[in-house]
Amino acid sequence: MSKKTLIPIGPYHPLQEEPELFKLYCDGEIVKDIKWETGYNHRGIEKLSESKTYEQIFFLVERICGICSNSHPFAFANAVEEIADIEITNRAKYIRSIIGELERLHSHLLWVGLAGHFLGYNTVFMWAWKYREPVLDLFEMISGNRNSYAMFRVGGVRRDIEAIKIPAIHKVLDDIKKKTDLLTGAIMDDPVIHARTKGVGILTKQDIIDYGAVGPTARASGVAIDVRKDDPYAAYPLVNWKVITAESGDVFAKAEVRLLEMYESISIIEQCLDGLNKEKEGDITIKVKEIPEGIGNGRAEAPRGEVFHFVQSDGSSSPVRHKIRAPSYVNIATFKKSCIGQTIADATISLAAVDPCYCCTERMAVAYDINSGERIMNANELINESAKKTNEIKNTFNSQI
Amino acid sequence: MDSELTIEKFKEEFKSDILEIRVKNQKRMIITVNPDSIVNVAEYLYRIAGFRFIIASALHTKRGFEIHYHFSKDISGLILNVHVVLDRSNPQIASLSNMFNASNWIEREMHELLGINFLNHPNQEKLISEGNWAEGVYPLRKEFK
Amino acid sequence: MGFKNYCFKKSLWVFHFGGASCNNCDIEILDCLTPRHDLERFGILLVGSIRHADVLLVNGSINTRDKERLIEVYNQAPKPILVVAIGACGCTGGYFTESYTFAGPVDKIIPVNAYVPGCPPKPEAIIAGIIKLVQNS
Ligand code: SF4
Repeated sequence: MSKKTLIPIGPYHPLQEEPELFKLYCDGEIVKDIKWETGYNHRGIEKLSESKTYEQIFFLVERICGICSNSHPFAFANAVEEIADIEITNRAKYIRSIIGELERLHSHLLWVGLAGHFLGYNTVFMWAWKYREPVLDLFEMISGNRNSYAMFRVGGVRRDIEAIKIPAIHKVLDDIKKKTDLLTGAIMDDPVIHARTKGVGILTKQDIIDYGAVGPTARASGVAIDVRKDDPYAAYPLVNWKVITAESGDVFAKAEVRLLEMYESISIIEQCLDGLNKEKEGDITIKVKEIPEGIGNGRAEAPRGEVFHFVQSDGSSSPVRHKIRAPSYVNIATFKKSCIGQTIADATISLAAVDPCYCCTERMAVAYDINSGERIMNANELINESAKKTNEIKNTFNSQI
Repeated sequence: MDSELTIEKFKEEFKSDILEIRVKNQKRMIITVNPDSIVNVAEYLYRIAGFRFIIASALHTKRGFEIHYHFSKDISGLILNVHVVLDRSNPQIASLSNMFNASNWIEREMHELLGINFLNHPNQEKLISEGNWAEGVYPLRKEFK
Repeated sequence: MGFKNYCFKKSLWVFHFGGASCNNCDIEILDCLTPRHDLERFGILLVGSIRHADVLLVNGSINTRDKERLIEVYNQAPKPILVVAIGACGCTGGYFTESYTFAGPVDKIIPVNAYVPGCPPKPEAIIAGIIKLVQNS
């Protein structure tokens, strides 16, 4: 057997939001195998949840993941409301959807930035994160916090979006639409990005079904699953929008799906804001006496895919069992399919294309000891490798002109 | 409707293995089956009926160890919980991971959290407990009088 | 001017250690570097290796498995080093104190020089924390 190189991606990369490590086993330039360990972020949330009341659990599930700190409460609310057979007011539905879609906007922008960084386009990274800030400002205006909004409760939402705040939201949306045009133009028409992302990290339909992958990862491979359409909740059945899919399953398709989804999100928010105008202000929550005995399966479409919460209640004030399945849990496993056989330079972007969220899944490992005789490359070098490839492609393009 | 059809077909297929059917509404159903039939049931749902495996939830109750396998039919928004009850003293059940990869991690996780043994699992290694808690300690197990 | 002050007089290089966090604190730290807040104009740079760092930012609750890594990272750090615990999780353990994998707040594991509370603290708060730390050390 030829000598394999072990490359740990991570552990602590300056621009990676989380420390994570995959061990890539390489033969020359080609990735032969990939391994990961988990457990670094195990916080025992499912167990903790059994000792909290339903109202408290919203704060707990919000802290599973910071980027999608709204999708877990969303799924949990759906599960509990299913047990108690609660139908929330229309105004609360609209507000829930607005928060959910604003979150999708900022999360996709964040991803575009990181993906740009992985390809060696740091300008894209800085831009995308700059455009993300106004969305966070909106959250601060609506809920009082930039992340972890604490908006949800059983039977409705905690805070209203008053009419006075709506023009500000419209303004930010208009801005973001322009910025998205810009980003989309920059990405869709750039021959270098095409060369770097097309045909890279392909996941076929069968892979998606086999691994049970969800969200943009699945939709980029032509599997049109979206909980908002399949199992409608909140205000999604009340507004007009469509599920975005792409066929090729490569990194480019994933970027395309995310970018086009941002337009859909903007349109959903606008329709919801119009809907809000028709409902009575302040009518945001209904009284819930107790949660009866029963089983609830709640799901919601997070920016990364389907979040699933299973709640079993025995009629007391806290659940007997609360199981949480985050989208990254199934999406991360697909790395085995998308990375093996790729070159090292393409591995980072293939990994990033899934938009993995490790705190949802569990924290990935940090490895220090590498057997002698194996070359080590750290994350910086790996990114450099990726940037180098982009530059080479750029130069070839330039010389052709 | 679609879900009713699904359930009728399912009933025909697994007459003898079904122990209980609870239909909550068109989109949520719980079917309790005999643990020995889980591989066949899953195979039918996954390969023939077009269901997607979401996840499995295991819990420890007075009845023993229970597992809900959540399957989703995305076209109709149906979530079907295939429910099994396992023996309290020696919980074990056949693994589904040879059929689809989606259940690989969750079975390992259930093994670590509750000590349920998955027979024929391709790789029942530690997933999250390494360094966090010792082997043989099962954090989600409960005490019953 | 003591030796310690001399060390921290110029550009501070920070290293970020995320424990079992919810990612929010991580993102807000990253946010400090992006155009809105742009920490780099003060010479503060996020570095990829603890061996280059003057400041160690720790966020997230620390579980038993992270604990060893945190100690390892701290031991590898060039001394003197300033340690900042970020967020409710870093300061006390936050919501996860009762969890079965919780290994104690950061200051029970390594010495901490400053605390930035909040869940998550705003980027402004993080910047203010670091500045205060530098002025007082
Ligand atoms: S302090 Fe809050 S935001 Fe920060 S890691 Fe902990 S839970 Fe997340």
